[in-house]
Amino acid sequence: MSQPILMKGNEAIAEAAIRAGCRFFAGYPITPQNEIPEYMSRRLPEVGGAFVQAESEVAAINMLYGAAGAGARCMTSSSSPGISLKQEGISYMAGSELPGLIVNIVRGGPGLGTIQPAQSDYFQATKGGGHGDYRLVVYGPDTLQEAVDMVFEAFRVSDAYRNPVMILGDGVLGQMMEPVRFPPEDADVHKVEKPWATTGAGDGDTRLICSIHLEAEELNAHNMHLHEKYQAIKENETLYEEVEMEDAQLCLVAYGTTSRICRAVIEQCRSEGMKVGMIRPITLWPFPDKPISEAAKKVDAFLAVEMSLGQMVEDVRLAVNGRVPVGFFGRTGGLIPTPDEIVAALKRLVEEEGVTS
Amino acid sequence: MKKVFSRPDALKDVTMHYCPGCTHGIAHRLIAQAIDELGIRGKSVGIASVGCSVFSYKYIDVDFQQAAHGRAPAVATGIKRTNPDTVVFTYQGDGDLASIGTAELIHAAARSENISIFFINNAIYGMTGGQMAPTTLPGQVTTTSPRGRDIPSYGNPIKVSEMLATIEGAAYIERVSLHTPAAVAKARKAVVKSLRYQMEGKGFSLIEMLSTCPTNWGVSPLKAMEWLKENMLPAYPLGVFKDREKVNANE
Repeated sequence: MSQPILMKGNEAIAEAAIRAGCRFFAGYPITPQNEIPEYMSRRLPEVGGAFVQAESEVAAINMLYGAAGAGARCMTSSSSPGISLKQEGISYMAGSELPGLIVNIVRGGPGLGTIQPAQSDYFQATKGGGHGDYRLVVYGPDTLQEAVDMVFEAFRVSDAYRNPVMILGDGVLGQMMEPVRFPPEDADVHKVEKPWATTGAGDGDTRLICSIHLEAEELNAHNMHLHEKYQAIKENETLYEEVEMEDAQLCLVAYGTTSRICRAVIEQCRSEGMKVGMIRPITLWPFPDKPISEAAKKVDAFLAVEMSLGQMVEDVRLAVNGRVPVGFFGRTGGLIPTPDEIVAALKRLVEEEGVTS
Repeated sequence: MKKVFSRPDALKDVTMHYCPGCTHGIAHRLIAQAIDELGIRGKSVGIASVGCSVFSYKYIDVDFQQAAHGRAPAVATGIKRTNPDTVVFTYQGDGDLASIGTAELIHAAARSENISIFFINNAIYGMTGGQMAPTTLPGQVTTTSPRGRDIPSYGNPIKVSEMLATIEGAAYIERVSLHTPAAVAKARKAVVKSLRYQMEGKGFSLIEMLSTCPTNWGVSPLKAMEWLKENMLPAYPLGVFKDREKVNANE
């Protein structure tokens, strides 16, 4: 690993992408992610890559479709309203089995909302967003170092399964500065065999990138193929962290920025004798439902904490399946929950549900 | 006996799904002939669009990507920027290119993406069943302009070639027609020139091909050729609207 470098989140993600072999970027300005395209416009030409400032988010994701189909490691980034516009292309990429990284530095919504941080795009990222039966692999890093590491991981998974992937950050992660280390330079990091890419057929058979299957049986078979792939991703690529879960009686579930606040909550609660731990999903899809289901055998209650009015909590409830109470605490609009608010929410949960802690 | 005509190598030997009298088949053949003539079958990448020509990849024998409705110029941008040595062309109808895809078209031209656009203008949406297109003529009856295209409420048709000729980045813009053998011969030259310009790195080019849709126009194949001549030619005059090479020569 390199010496630690103090970097802004958006720039660290962009630099990680370049070091992971990303050689095509298309994007459109929107706050709070502008440092990503700005950084890419400086750096990509230095490494022989292509940067395009697209006329719209719709065009940017469709440029990604073309570049991915032509075999490039490629990336686009945006923030919530722009990600809504990209859903068309994301669905087409999933349908055509094209790899590519989409970074969403989430801001408050709905509509134009605010430029301040939020986690209110969880449904859109993990439940579809675009049309059709497809899945995005979604990463929710909590630190800039993990964001850097997840860029490499996301590209690897994207190429291995030929599926688009997303890093779901937020305005805090995008704009804050932290020291990050990059893995050693590896010129071959992105060299993945892509015999399906439309690079010109030469004397061989022609290749086709498409998502049209007009015959019902054919589309059914294609969807079943995608489904099997998603099952394999679930099996092999689910990531999560357990924090102080060995003796926990109350389990927080939080990802990204919110999980950092929850670490302070755990410390505060434990100093008061409350045995609190946390399961932190790193992949939001596939969701770590197995460890949460296992934990439901041991803990008295769960509290999901989000910067939304309750999106990920639905997946927690599905995993817990009614065995113990699942509470929720969230702030929206760009407000960030404070440790005291979360501690208070935990205490209310204990009181209302009559559980011990 | 001397063989004077045969199917181009780059055109697959399969039955096309197009209606009798539709000129998509001619346009496909012209592109395949040009690919043969320039010897670029192994380095060409086509982009099929949404509409009747969604299956153009089944007929033209090169690598293909199928794009979302209107997005072919953006997809082409991604392909060409990734592999600049490939020869990249889109094949788009008027609904795809002149309606839902105007932003992608205009900005690809503005950036002078080094790609070729083959634009089929038949003044109607074909695959969806004859709805009004941005290129539908004033007074023309379609399934969504049942009393004829009424300008105060529907607006005027868009003249794509004239519009693109105003864009600095456009290297070569020509409108041709496919309604007579002589017109087809001219169209063939334009297609070759567009691909040649791309190979020479001259930048963005678009060939607009006036085409027929007898099924949705509600006329016979023969009458469709006459309808094109009588109605489309006056509204969409043929000719070269932009040629960077000529402009430079005149300077």
